Amino acid sequence: MTHVTQAPLGKAPATLAPTQPVSLRINGQDRTLHIAPWTTLLDALREYLDLTGTKKGCDHGQCGACTVLVDGRRVNSCLSLAVMQEGSEIQTIEGLGSEAQLSPLQQAFIDHDAFQCGYCTPGQICSAQGLINEGKATTEAEVRELMSGNLCRCGAYSNILSAVMEVVGNSKS
Amino acid sequence: MTLQTDYIGKPTNRVDGPAKVTGGAKYAAEYNVPNMLYGYVVSSPIAKGKITKIDAAPVLALAGVQQVFSHENVPHYAFFDRSYQDEIAPGGSPFRPLYDAEIKFSLQPVALVVADTFELARYAASVLYIEYEEVAHETKLSQHIDDAYEPGTGKTGYQPPKSRGNFGKGWKEGVAHVEAQFSHHAQHHNPMENFATTVEWLGDKYLNIYDKTQGAFNSQLLVTKIFGLSKEQARVVSKYTGGGFGSGLRPQYQLLLAVMASLELERSVRVSLTREQMFSFGHRPETMQHVALAAAADGSLTGINHFAVAETSQFEDFTENVVGWSGMLYDCKNVALGYRLAKLDVYTPLDMRAPGAASGSIALEIAMDEMAYAAGLDPLEFRIRNYSDRDQAQDLPYSSKALRKCYHEGAAKFGWEKRTAEPGSMRDGNLLVGWGMGGGVWDATTKPATVRASLDADGHLTVSSGTNEIGTGTYTIMTQIAAESMGLPIEAVTFVLGDTELPESPLQGGSWTAASVGNSVVEACAALGEKLLKQAQKMDSLAFKDVKIEDVQFANGQMRLRSDSTKAMVLRDVVQASGEGKIEAQNAKEKSKLAALKPPKYSMHAHNAVFVEVKVDPDLMTVHVTRVVNAVAAGRILNPKTARSQVLGSVVWGLGMALMEESVMDHRFGRYMNHSLAEYHVPVNADIHDIDVIFVNEEDDKVNPLGIKGIGEVGMLGVAGAVANAIYHATGKRVRDMPITVDKLL
Repeated sequence: MTHVTQAPLGKAPATLAPTQPVSLRINGQDRTLHIAPWTTLLDALREYLDLTGTKKGCDHGQCGACTVLVDGRRVNSCLSLAVMQEGSEIQTIEGLGSEAQLSPLQQAFIDHDAFQCGYCTPGQICSAQGLINEGKATTEAEVRELMSGNLCRCGAYSNILSAVMEVVGNSKS
Repeated sequence: MTLQTDYIGKPTNRVDGPAKVTGGAKYAAEYNVPNMLYGYVVSSPIAKGKITKIDAAPVLALAGVQQVFSHENVPHYAFFDRSYQDEIAPGGSPFRPLYDAEIKFSLQPVALVVADTFELARYAASVLYIEYEEVAHETKLSQHIDDAYEPGTGKTGYQPPKSRGNFGKGWKEGVAHVEAQFSHHAQHHNPMENFATTVEWLGDKYLNIYDKTQGAFNSQLLVTKIFGLSKEQARVVSKYTGGGFGSGLRPQYQLLLAVMASLELERSVRVSLTREQMFSFGHRPETMQHVALAAAADGSLTGINHFAVAETSQFEDFTENVVGWSGMLYDCKNVALGYRLAKLDVYTPLDMRAPGAASGSIALEIAMDEMAYAAGLDPLEFRIRNYSDRDQAQDLPYSSKALRKCYHEGAAKFGWEKRTAEPGSMRDGNLLVGWGMGGGVWDATTKPATVRASLDADGHLTVSSGTNEIGTGTYTIMTQIAAESMGLPIEAVTFVLGDTELPESPLQGGSWTAASVGNSVVEACAALGEKLLKQAQKMDSLAFKDVKIEDVQFANGQMRLRSDSTKAMVLRDVVQASGEGKIEAQNAKEKSKLAALKPPKYSMHAHNAVFVEVKVDPDLMTVHVTRVVNAVAAGRILNPKTARSQVLGSVVWGLGMALMEESVMDHRFGRYMNHSLAEYHVPVNADIHDIDVIFVNEEDDKVNPLGIKGIGEVGMLGVAGAVANAIYHATGKRVRDMPITVDKLL
C-alpha cells in the first residue's frame, strides 16, 4: 500500500484577488463585467455575457472551438484572459451574422453541409473568416492547413473545405 | 412502399443549420439560468485503493465556496444496483459517484466543489486536500488473457457468437491458410462538446435538467430511480448534443452530481467535465483478436475462426458484437467464433461508433487481404467468390443486400482494375502507392417510438418526439418525412425533439433513429390524416361522404380525393372549422412493440465496400490517405446531403482508427496518459483528401415501411482495414496492431 496525497499545498489556499471591472467591446457593443482577473475571454463570453455561440471543447487551445476574432485576427478565446482584451474589438459568431441575415460563410456552411453536430461550427466559421481577413487562404492546400487548428469530430472536413473555398473564390472575384 | 416525393430522398439543407452557424443552437452547458452555482469535479490520481482523508475546511473557508461534496457527506439516495442501472447498463454493479471511499479507476470523481463562480469552483477544486491508500492495479489486457471468461447474456443488443460446422475439418480442407493476431488500444469518443449538465431548481424538488445525452429519457430514468423523483420532477431537455458517437448512450456522472448538488443545496447547479475528465468514463475497449482462415484452390473459404478478448471493468460486463460479423459477411460452412472479457481496473467500456464491428472488421478484413494474396487472387475477386447470399449466422434470407453493387460501383469509381497486385509495384514519383479495400455489415434495426403530429389553424404542422439530434440530421429528415406525409411545404413543418415531456423515443444510437422515428412520423401523420378526414366529413357532407382514408391524398396543403383532385379542402380551413385551434394525433407505440416481438423472417443489414489509396514516403514512412471511395447499401436514403456527411464522417473515423487513435495507458499509474486533444490524435482538415461516397440503389420493402436501414455506422466499417491493406500494398509491411504509426513501418 502506498500513501498518496492530492493537492499537497502545505498551507491554506491563497486569499483570492477581488473581482474587478473589465470593459470589453464585443460585436460593436461596450460591456462591463465584474469578474476575477483570471477569467478567460471564453468564460467571460459564455458565463457572464450569455454569448454561448463561442464553444468550449478543451480549454487548452487544442481544439479551436473557442475561436473568436480579436481586431479581425483569429484567437483561441480560452487562451486569453478577458482583462487582456480591454480596448480590443472582439467579434464572436453572434456578431458575424444572424439567422435573418447570414454571413456568406454561414450560408456556405449550410449549403455545403459543413457541419453535423454544430459544436465546432462557430469556431470553424470564425477561423475561416479570420484567414480570409488575413488574406492567407488562396488554395485548397492552404485552407486545409490553416483550418487544421479547428477539430471537427464529426469529420465534416471535406465540406468545410468546399464551403470556405466557395467564399474565398467569391471574395477574390 | 413506393413514394413519389417532394422531400424524401432529396438533398435538403439542414433545418437546424441557421441555428448552428449563428451560435443560436443551445447545448447543455449553455442554459444560463438565474442564480446558478458551479460544480467542479475533483478526480482521483490513483487507479485503485481508497480515500483515507478529505480536509475540506480550508476550501470551505474561501468566500463563495458553497459546499464540498464527497462520500463523507453525500447521502445514500439509493441502495440497490438496479436503481443505478440505466436503459443499456451491462450486467454488474454500476459505478456510484461519491458513494464510498473505494477507488475503482483512475480519474474517478472523488469530490464536487460547488461555488458561486466557475473560476472559484475550479480554483477550490485544485487545492482540495485528499489522502489515499493506493493498492496495486491491473490494467494490462495482455496479462489477463488466461483469466478471460465468456460473458453471460450481456447488455441489450449483445448476441453471443454462434459457431457452425466444423472449423477443424474446414481448416484441413483448405489449401491456403492464414493465421494472425490483431490488436488495438482503447479509444475515446471525444465528442467536441464536453459532458455537462445544467440543473435548474424550480422549487420543491422540481428540476429542469439540461443534459448532454443521446437519450433524454434514459437520463430521466436514472435520475428518477436514484433520487426518488417523479417524472414530472425530473424533466430532461436535450435540444442539441455536440457529438455523441455512443458516449451519451449511458448517462455520465456529471448528471448525477449536478442533480445531487441541486437537491442538497436547493439551487440551480451546472457541472461541466473537462477534456481530461472525458477520459474518465466509457471508451472503445482495448481488444486482442485471433483470426484463422482456410481456402480451397478455387478461393472459396473452407474455414473461418475469429476469437476476441476485450477489456471490461471490475464492476460491469461490457459486451459488444466483435466476432459475429465474421460468421455472416462471407459464405463459409465451417465457422468457429469466440468472445471473452477480462476484468481490469478501468471504467466500464461503452459503445463507440460501430461498436464491436469496427474492431472485428479490422481483423477480418486484413485477414481477407492476406488470404487473397495467399490464394493468388485479387482482394475484390476473392470477396466476390465468397459472396454470401443468405445470412448463414441466423439461417435467414436477407431482406435486401446490394453489397455486390457496392463492390462493382465502388471499384469502377476508384479504378480498381488498374491495380497491380505486387506490393510496392505502384509509384507516384518517389512515393509508394498502395490500393487496399475492405467492407462490412451492420444491423438495420427499428425500435418502437412514439410521435405526435399537430396541425394548427394557420396550417403549420408540428411533429414531436423525444429523440435526439447529435449531428445525424434528425431535425431535418423528420421534417422532410412529415412534410411529405402531410403534403405540406417544408417551411410549414417544425420537428421538435429532446424533451421528456414529448412522446417517448428510443436512445439515439445503433443507426436506428431514422428508421424508428421516421416510420413513426409516417404513422402519426396517418393518424392525423384520419382525424382531419373525420372533421372534413362533418363540414362537407357531399365530397367526402363515405370516403375512406385510402381514397384521400394530402398535397399542396390540401386534402383531396385521389379519384378527383378537384374535390379538395384546405387543411387550414379544416382545423379552423374544428374550433379547437389544432388537431393532433399520436401513433400507437403498442403496434410497433408487438411487431418487435415477432421472430424475424429476414436478416436485415446494411453493407459497404471501401477502396483506399495511400501514398507512403519510402524514406520517412509517413502515410497519406489520398483517395477513398466508400460505396454503401443502406436501403432508402432520406437525404443524400446529410447521409453523405454521415459517411464522410465515418471515413474520417476509420482513418483515425487506422492511423492515429489510441488512448495510451501508463501501466505504472493505470491512467491514460494522452488525455487531451493535443495528444489523443484525431484527423484534422489537412489529413483529409478526396472522399467519394456512393449510395447504391437498394429497395427494401421488408425492413420497415419506409425501407430505411440507417447510415451512421456502416460507413465506418472496412475503412481501417482497407487503409492497412493499402499500406501493405504500398510497402509490403503487414501491420496488425492499430493505429499504424510511423514507428511500426520503419
